[in-house]
Amino acid sequence: MEEIIEIEKTVTSEKHRAEQPADAKHTENPVRPKLETRGVNVFYGDNQVITDVSITMKEKSVTALIGPSGCGKSTFLRLFNRMNDYIKVFRKEGDICIDGKDIYSPSVHVEDLRKMVGMVFQKPNPFPKTIYENVAYGLRIQGVNDKNILDEAVEQSLKSAALWNEVRSNLKKSALALSGGQQQRLCIARALAVNPSILLMDEPASALDPIATAKIEELIHRLKEDYTIVIVTHNMQQAGRVSDMTAFFYLGKLIEYTETKKLFTSPENEMTENYITGRFG
Amino acid sequence: MNSRQKNRIKDRAFKYLGIFSTSIGLILLTVFIGSIIKDGIGRIDWDFLTNLPSRKAEKAGILTALAGSVWLLVMTAIVSIPLGVAAAIHLEEYSRKTRWSSFLEINITNLAGVPSVIYGILGLQIFVRTMRFGGSLLAGAFTLALLILPIIIVTTREAIKAVPSSIKEASYGLGATKWQTIRHQVLPAAGGSIATGIILALSRAIGETAPVIIIGALAYVAFVPQSPTDEFTVLPIQIFNWVSRPDHAFVVNAAAGIIVLLAVTFMMNGIAVYLRHRWQNKVNW
Ligand SMILES: Nc1ncnc2c1ncn2[C@@H]1O[C@H](COP(=O)(O)OP(=O)(O)O)[C@@H](O)[C@H]1O
Ligand SMILES: [Mg+2]
Repeated sequence: MEEIIEIEKTVTSEKHRAEQPADAKHTENPVRPKLETRGVNVFYGDNQVITDVSITMKEKSVTALIGPSGCGKSTFLRLFNRMNDYIKVFRKEGDICIDGKDIYSPSVHVEDLRKMVGMVFQKPNPFPKTIYENVAYGLRIQGVNDKNILDEAVEQSLKSAALWNEVRSNLKKSALALSGGQQQRLCIARALAVNPSILLMDEPASALDPIATAKIEELIHRLKEDYTIVIVTHNMQQAGRVSDMTAFFYLGKLIEYTETKKLFTSPENEMTENYITGRFG
Repeated sequence: MNSRQKNRIKDRAFKYLGIFSTSIGLILLTVFIGSIIKDGIGRIDWDFLTNLPSRKAEKAGILTALAGSVWLLVMTAIVSIPLGVAAAIHLEEYSRKTRWSSFLEINITNLAGVPSVIYGILGLQIFVRTMRFGGSLLAGAFTLALLILPIIIVTTREAIKAVPSSIKEASYGLGATKWQTIRHQVLPAAGGSIATGIILALSRAIGETAPVIIIGALAYVAFVPQSPTDEFTVLPIQIFNWVSRPDHAFVVNAAAGIIVLLAVTFMMNGIAVYLRHRWQNKVNW
C-alpha cells in the first residue's frame, strides 16, 4: 500500500511540472488530460495495426472506442495497462501518458501501473476461487492480509459494482456458480478493489444478455463519478448511452474523435457516417 | 444397401470391436490377479510383512524389500518432484521459444520413451561409480528420478498449459507479477493434474526392476536400510529372487510379494484419483 501512495505522490509532483507545456498545447481545454497518446504507432511484427493516433481523455469521463472488428480497438485499449507487452511481436512508437507521465518509461513498474489502471475483459474471467477471494486477490498480492481491511475492501468493491446485495450471504461460494452478468460485475469489483483511477473495459457486455447488459451500463454511469473509463464497444447504441466522448477507429487510424452526441448526430467524416448508419462494419 | 445403412453397420461393428478389446484386457487382468491371489493370499500375514529374508521359505518375510521400496520411493519423490515441476514451469512460462528450447523439448519427450535399462546403465556410471554412491539408496533414488523426470515434466507442462490464459490475464491485470500469477493461479489450478502425473510416475518407479538391478540392488540384503547411504533391495527384485528358486514354497512367497506390490501400486493410484477429485472441488472449476 505504501508503495502505491508513493507513486501517486510522484505522479502528482510530475503533474505540476508537466502543467506548463501540456496547457500550452491544449489552450481550448484547460483541464489537463488524464490519458493522452501522441503519434502512437503499433506493430505486430511487420503488420502495422495502429497508425499515428493522438488522443486525450479527460478525468472522470467515459470514452467509447468504436469501429469495425479488427480495426485495433483492443490493441489500443491495452496500451494503457501495457497488456500488449506479453505479445512477443508487439512493438510501439510514440508516447502514452497517464497524468502526464510516460507509462512506457523504464522507471515505471508495470505492476504499479496496473494497480492504477484496472481492466475488465470481454469474457467474464473470474478466478476459480470463492467470490470473496476473487475480490481480495488484488490486495492479497500486495501483501495485505489483515482480515478487517480485506473484509471492508471486499464489501465496498462489491457495493460499488452493484453486486453486494446479490452475493452478501454467499461470499464463500465459488465465483463460477454466478451467472454471466454477475461474473462480469464481480470482475469489475475485483478491479475496483485495488483502488485504480482508470478502468479499461473491452466489450464488457458483449457476452451478456440484454438485462445483464443494462445493469453493466447503469454501473458505468455511476462509476464515472470516480473513475476515468475507456470502453470498447461493438454496439453503437451502447456507445451512445454510456459515453461522453466517442472515438471512431478504422484500419488502425483514428478517424473521428468528438463528443458522443455530436459524433452520432452530425459526424464530420463520411466514413464515420457510413459506419454509424450501418453501411459497413 | 445405401450409405446410411453401411455407416450404421460400421458403427455397430466398431462398437463391438471396442467392447471386445476392452474385455481382453480386463479378462487377462482378472485371471492374472485371481491366480496370484489364489496362490499367495494365504501366505500373507503380519509375520510375512515384518520378517527379514531367510533361507527357509516359511520364515522368510518381505520387510527389507518393502522398506527398501518405501525408502526409494520417498527419496525418488524428494529428488524428482521439485526438479520436474520447476523444469516444467521454466519451459512453459519462462523460457523463450528458441531453437535450443524446442530441441530440449523434443528430447525431453523422447527421453520418456527410453527403455529403463538405459537409465540403469547411466545411473551405474554416474552415481554408483563416478560419484561413488555405490549400490546405495542414494544411487537408486537418483537413477529412478532421472527415469521419471521426463514423465513429470511432460505431464506438468500439459497441466500448466490447460490453465486458461484468461485467468493469467486477469491476474496480470490486477498488478500481479509473473511469479505471483504462477504461484497463486496457475499452480493451484493445475495442481490436481500435476499431483496425478507425479503419483503415476512414482508408481511406475516403484515397479521398476531393470535399473535397480543394474545399479546393484540385486545383492542379498539381510537388514532394513537405516540411512540413504545403505544398500537396499526392492519388492520387484525380492519377487524375482523368490520366483527363481526351485522350492515351491518360495514361489508361494513370490505370489504373496506380488500381492503386496500390487496393493502398494493400487493404493498410489487411488491416492492420485482422490487428490484429483479433491483438488477439483477446491479449485471450483
Ligand atoms: N497477438 C496478436 N498477434 C498478432 N496480431 C494480432 C494480435 N492481436 C491482434 N492482432 C491483429 O491486430 C489487429 C487489431 O486487432 P484488435 O486490436 O484485436 O482489433 P479489435 O479489437 O478492434 O477487433 C487485427 O488485424 C488482428 O489480427
Ligand atoms: Mg477486440
